[in-house]
Amino acid sequence: MTPKSEQKKYKVIGTRPIRHDGADKVTGRAVYGADLRLAGIVHGKILRSPHAHAKVKSIDTSAAEKHPGVLAVVTRADMPNLKDKIADLGEGSVNLAHLGANVLAHDKVLYKGHAVAALAAVNPHVAEEALKLIKVDYEVLPSVTWVMDAMKDDAPLLHNDVFTKSMGKRASKPSNVPTHIHFEKGNIEEGFKAADVIVEREFKTASVHQGYIEPHVSTALWNQDGHVTVWTSTQGAFTARAQTAELLQIPVSQVTVVPCEIGGGFGGKIAVYLEPVAAMLSRKCGRPVKMVMTREDVFEGTGPTPGSFMRVKLGATKDGKLVAGEAWLAYDAGAFPGGVIGPGAMCVFSCYELPHAKVDGYDVLDNKPKTQAYRAPGATQAAFACETVIDELAEKLEIDPLEFRLKNAAKEGTRRVDGPVYPRVGLVETLEAAKNSPHWKSKLEGKHRGRGIASGYWFNIGLKSSVAANVNNDGTVSLIEGSTDIGGTRTSIAMQFAETLGITAEAVHPRVGDTDSVGYTDVTGGSRTTFATGLAAHEVALDIQRQMRERAAILWECDASQVQVEDGAYCHKDKRLTFAELAGQLGHTGGPVVGRATVSPEGASNAFGTHLVDVEVDPDTAKVTILRYTAIQDAGRAIHPSYVEGQMQGGAVQGIGWALNEEYVYSDQGRMENASYLDYRMPTALDVPAIETIIVEVPNPAHPYGVRGVGETPIIAPPAAIANAIYAATGVRMTELPMSPPRLWAAMTKGKQS
Amino acid sequence: MVRKTHVATTINGEPVEFLCEARQSLLEVLRETLGLTGSKEGCNNGNCGACTVLLDGQPVDSCLVLAVEVEGAQITTIEGLSKDSHLHPIQQCFLEDAALQCGICTPGFIMSAKALLDRDPNPSEHAIRFQLAGNLCRCTGYDKIIRAVQDSAKRMAGQK
Amino acid sequence: MAMVYIPSQWRDLTGAVDRLELPGRNLREISRELESRFPGIAERLVEGDAIAAGLAASIDGAIASRGMYSPVGPTSEVHFLPAIGGG
Repeated sequence: MTPKSEQKKYKVIGTRPIRHDGADKVTGRAVYGADLRLAGIVHGKILRSPHAHAKVKSIDTSAAEKHPGVLAVVTRADMPNLKDKIADLGEGSVNLAHLGANVLAHDKVLYKGHAVAALAAVNPHVAEEALKLIKVDYEVLPSVTWVMDAMKDDAPLLHNDVFTKSMGKRASKPSNVPTHIHFEKGNIEEGFKAADVIVEREFKTASVHQGYIEPHVSTALWNQDGHVTVWTSTQGAFTARAQTAELLQIPVSQVTVVPCEIGGGFGGKIAVYLEPVAAMLSRKCGRPVKMVMTREDVFEGTGPTPGSFMRVKLGATKDGKLVAGEAWLAYDAGAFPGGVIGPGAMCVFSCYELPHAKVDGYDVLDNKPKTQAYRAPGATQAAFACETVIDELAEKLEIDPLEFRLKNAAKEGTRRVDGPVYPRVGLVETLEAAKNSPHWKSKLEGKHRGRGIASGYWFNIGLKSSVAANVNNDGTVSLIEGSTDIGGTRTSIAMQFAETLGITAEAVHPRVGDTDSVGYTDVTGGSRTTFATGLAAHEVALDIQRQMRERAAILWECDASQVQVEDGAYCHKDKRLTFAELAGQLGHTGGPVVGRATVSPEGASNAFGTHLVDVEVDPDTAKVTILRYTAIQDAGRAIHPSYVEGQMQGGAVQGIGWALNEEYVYSDQGRMENASYLDYRMPTALDVPAIETIIVEVPNPAHPYGVRGVGETPIIAPPAAIANAIYAATGVRMTELPMSPPRLWAAMTKGKQS
Repeated sequence: MVRKTHVATTINGEPVEFLCEARQSLLEVLRETLGLTGSKEGCNNGNCGACTVLLDGQPVDSCLVLAVEVEGAQITTIEGLSKDSHLHPIQQCFLEDAALQCGICTPGFIMSAKALLDRDPNPSEHAIRFQLAGNLCRCTGYDKIIRAVQDSAKRMAGQK
Repeated sequence: MAMVYIPSQWRDLTGAVDRLELPGRNLREISRELESRFPGIAERLVEGDAIAAGLAASIDGAIASRGMYSPVGPTSEVHFLPAIGGG
């Protein structure tokens, strides 16, 4: 597929139309999960474990069931037995017993906040009161919340049926390490021997949460005909359907998932939590059951992204060429296997040409909520380690950090440590853009100030999308697609459709369909939506165009091959009809025109980014102020530049929070101490300056418009860039996240005290 | 049966009456009793601002206001901002400047912005960031929201 | 013939071999060839009809999207990697 040439001017792509769902969102009319109203709706609440690790000896629900306002109670006993079942849920296989146990605990609770039971009542207040009537008998067990402690031989064992798997090889003794990943390239002994300078550092990062402002919410109705309808806040209606059906052990055809407008996801709203429970409660009471998490439930009961311990060693020759790299990474999985160590291990050295390398990565169970993706899962932690070591290496070699990166940057033909070779990619272009940026060229003056730079890479995925389109008589087109819209993608998809068909973006009416209305579509995540669903929209536009040419041929009594399309209008000899005019003739040329397309493009679209940051560090309080921030990223082709900029800015600010303040604080008993927005401190408008953006476009050869996904890459570089800036400002190398004032202050004053 | 209180108040310029329990917040009554679901719940303890409404012109977290407190007050919610078929300039600027992604925090931001611009029609960037620091956004990084408020100030000044 | 790279964690079955050329028009045929040369390797690569859980195949730099039916060209490069999702 050849992308349109850079010279050709697009009519729609690159413009900034108002998003199609805009009026609903700024007037409060858009229906998010909690806004849903159904006749007879009742309210469900979840009882959660107060202990980080305990056996559940018994659950007595009798008092709760007798409460006059309570309509149904469920525990694990009401859910199907899923032992040893594995299912393919679209983004890879999932162990259903583990998924089910995360939704409602089996014989053990594995983290404080782990769901144990649930009930439905006439209103949320009664539901909350009645939860206290459920009596759970726990036998408290020792718990562990730090990866390195969990890997010890004498650590409390979370599961006795989890054995370390190394790319399919299985260990014989159960442990807290479900997965060991290992990559090797070349010979690192030789590599390090050839190095003139070597830097090795150890790093720690804390668990951080995706922090979406909308808590999880699901409403389920198990109708009297046996059909289950679920309205839910989800990044993927089809994966929610598959998970719900599997956990309830009913056929997928018996479940319909209607995705509501979603208030943020970032990877945290792909796994289900409430859907199967709400469905079971509804089955018991015959009413629709709505369940909304509290903010505390969200922090304690849903997956943050892993905390980690990492060791990274890099060696370079004195002329600044990297020769060898070694990384050892241990990431939290939380309570159940399936954490994101894989991509972390694949990304750690992914920005560089590295002839010799070795990477070992470990997925580690501990008594925290099961981890979930947070934008580029696993990459931010790894980049924090690698990009600060790169910075230190450059400094020791007395080479400018940007020049050092340019010298060693991955490009087309570079072989990654995990094996594949990059096609055409844009890291060098982002570094060049950084070098030429007003930010980099500006002088940073003043005490306690420093500048930092870091780069990051994310694969982006492909997966499956379906789109259908109906041509209306007035030349507008309704477009039904299956990608839930978290950030404006229904518009970027409509724009690609419009560009291909030669109509305006406003003439397209995009709509996100439910699982009965649109073909199978994989999650909105993995930076895939504008890429893959946009590709499907392009294909459906071609399908419609072909059909329209046939209709024109009927009108003009010629062959369809003799009808040309110029600027969206249909022409034959001296005859010409615009799309809208031809649409008006459909009724008497054969009836409606409906187009369809499904795609399963091969991933990945490979997105690189480089971030620049200037900071000032208060010498007395160690508060870090971000003075200036520039995010640079290769978007391939920016379909709607405002929303590409938005992804870059949003990811950068999430990264700033990750770098400076956000962490799960655990007590000795394994309880999260800061489960509220007050103490889990995310950036506010006052904490950050304007985020400058530079979009670089190195078209993706695998997409007709050159699109590369953009959503995830921006979260990768910020912590490393800020750490490098803090070093420039203070001379202190921070190796622990977050670099919050107490930690930074301790590091700054260490050695200064007698 | 929990005893309910009768409250008479004005919402978006219209007289409204409702019955509520003492423990119900204004946010809960707006959403559950009155069907005004434009104000959102993000945290229920006054830390995210998604529930911001104007109470006698002042921006408040409606999750921190008890419904019984609003007897005789003037409340403005997001639903009261657009006039007939026209969006309020702040709403229009948010759309033109792409100041929203998932949109869940948007009503709260618009209400906080309105309170600011009603009081200070020409605020500095710092004043805008300060006034909006009580509204959390996780999607946008705030950049375009601040620009939208700046553009709203210009547009509203131009309309006078 | 396609060049198939052996992940380092499978080299206990292949001795020193880290890559080799194999005939095969798709991943199914490639996996049969691998199994015939290194018995036991298919167990790590295939589960029933599909690529094993947690695993992905990269063909010429792109993640294969048709499972075991994914076509492999005469000069393709094939890698086996941990499956990644996204957030």
